[in-house]
Amino acid sequence: MEENLKKPKGISRRELVKGLATVPVLGAVAYGIYAKNKHDRFLKSNIIRELNMSEDEPVIPAKSDGKLIRIGLIGYGIRGKQLTRALGFAHPGVIDDWIEGAKNNKDDLRYRDFLEQEDLNVQITAVCDIFDTYGRMAQEAAANIHRQGTAGKMGDPVKRYANYRELIASPDVDAVVIATPDHWHGPITIEAARAGKHVYCEKPLTWSVEETYEVRKAIKESGIVFQLGHQGRQTDAYLKAKEAIDKKVLGSVSLIEVTTNRNDPNGAWVYEIHKDASPQTIDWKQFIGQAPWHEFSLERFFRWRCWWDYSTGLSGDLLTHEYDAINQVLNVGIPHSAISTGGIYFFKDGRTVPDVLTTVFEFPDKNLSLLYSATLASQMDRGKRIMGHDAYMEMGNTLTIYADPRSTRYAEKIKQGIIKPDMPIYSYIPGRGSDTITTATEKYFAGRGLLYTYRGGKKIDTTHLHMKEWIECIRTGRQPSCNIDNGFQEAMTAHMGTLSYMNKKQVFWDETNEQIII
Amino acid sequence: MKNQSILTTGQRTWLVLLRVAIGWHFLYEGLVKVFNPSWSPFGYLMDSKGVFAPLFHGMASQPAVLATVSFLNEWGLILIGLGLILGFLTRPAIWAGMLLLTFYYLSHPPVTGLSYALPSEGSYFIVDKVVIEFLALGVLALFPTGQIIGIDRWFFRKEK
Repeated sequence: MEENLKKPKGISRRELVKGLATVPVLGAVAYGIYAKNKHDRFLKSNIIRELNMSEDEPVIPAKSDGKLIRIGLIGYGIRGKQLTRALGFAHPGVIDDWIEGAKNNKDDLRYRDFLEQEDLNVQITAVCDIFDTYGRMAQEAAANIHRQGTAGKMGDPVKRYANYRELIASPDVDAVVIATPDHWHGPITIEAARAGKHVYCEKPLTWSVEETYEVRKAIKESGIVFQLGHQGRQTDAYLKAKEAIDKKVLGSVSLIEVTTNRNDPNGAWVYEIHKDASPQTIDWKQFIGQAPWHEFSLERFFRWRCWWDYSTGLSGDLLTHEYDAINQVLNVGIPHSAISTGGIYFFKDGRTVPDVLTTVFEFPDKNLSLLYSATLASQMDRGKRIMGHDAYMEMGNTLTIYADPRSTRYAEKIKQGIIKPDMPIYSYIPGRGSDTITTATEKYFAGRGLLYTYRGGKKIDTTHLHMKEWIECIRTGRQPSCNIDNGFQEAMTAHMGTLSYMNKKQVFWDETNEQIII
Repeated sequence: MKNQSILTTGQRTWLVLLRVAIGWHFLYEGLVKVFNPSWSPFGYLMDSKGVFAPLFHGMASQPAVLATVSFLNEWGLILIGLGLILGFLTRPAIWAGMLLLTFYYLSHPPVTGLSYALPSEGSYFIVDKVVIEFLALGVLALFPTGQIIGIDRWFFRKEK
């Protein structure tokens, strides 16, 4: 071997040629890469210049050094439990499950993620749920200040109130989180605002049109900080979508299509009935509230979304998320008119709210229509599509914009082959930032959200961010992103959709008198 | 070397062409990734299906591991490509190439019942292009042409 290594020194010409015969191939590969990169750079820089979109990702708001906020929880059902966790408090039994889950599956990061969730410097000082079991669980969750399982150390016991009024009146409550059935959102918000307590309320804002005015009045008069629970406001792809609209990347938008597709009993509000539930453990009279009287019914208590008596149906529960996202991005306000059709086509279980609904909202002053269609019996995922003359946008956890082949703005660049209508001119993927897609591979992955990664190495729950914003606004006196004005628009829009469905006719918004005309 | 004596010029030429072509493929794949700052194997790994999927999903789940996998893959492809084209350390390059291909195959096995986000341009069952490339490298391992046309000639040839 030693001897062999010395050989090149005395190498013959023939030997040299045989040793290096394939070197020119490297030149060819190098040229190929150079040409490809030059072409990609040319396309990307041209498109980026044309769109003028910022390349930064929305940042996580910094923590402010604020005083402790004392919170009262009203409602500890499905959503109430989620909101409580977003505040940093989980039931010890749930944490046991997470710890067990992580033991059996190292990819189960629920407990790790929860431990890493930022401490908002809040304390839950009062809880209220009219079902005893949930009330007790809420107390246990609220006392779990060290985020531990049942074997862990708990904080001081937290008081449970039998009635929300007493909770609101309590001097050790600064702010309330409302996660009750829809027909209670308005009355509890009004009561809390009048008592000067800040409010985070689940959507929709109200159950009836009339109380919507009262809620707005109470909040405006009291000056409390109000946040409506549309956590989509924190989705970074929506923030990017707004930038694209503001920079007129889409041109004039004439049609928006938003959708709901679900296909399981849970998604159709057929929730489980708790085994402990009975007239002895549930304060049925308080549940009924302003709703028409009905004898005790476990179905109505746990599956209240299926009845207009307590619910706002698809309009209030699911259309509102879609509408609020569009209102956030395009600032559309309350529509000029709404027309809905639909029916109870699949879940014929005694419910009164439809499981299939189509609503068309007109915004003549914005020159656009908003089409919402929903079914609770098919999971075909259609996303949100915003259609402009120059480009169309698909909005979800990721954001993708395609130029329209007949666009005026991009006509020249399409002709030159710089912009290709079948490749996204803009793509935003959380954790990966903004990009212009030039290869089919990336297009396939991006379109399926497979490039999704976690922001700063962590997956951040939008509900946590939304509640955090509310807490920070309480401390600083700023207005949260889904304040009462947005809430008023959301509620009126949802009510218009529902009223049109019920009256089987188009309904209109009288802007001057702020009234729905049927 | 014995092999050379039994290879005709045609056999030698085609084996070298095969080696250089596979090298070209590896090198180009590696360079494309290195020159694309936003390239990440995340999507590819998360798209993994089949019995080994948890292993590949695991690689994608931790940023530090993902970065290491990305680095090893990119520079592995480039070094293997260079080795094959130049006929330099041909055998180690072939083994490394076969190892990488094994990973690609196990992460996306082409069997009935599994489908991937990334569509394939053809129809495959068990045998796909990764398998063909793997088998071709196997052949090249047995006929190490780097010692005939390539830099290895200067270092590893025992006889002339």
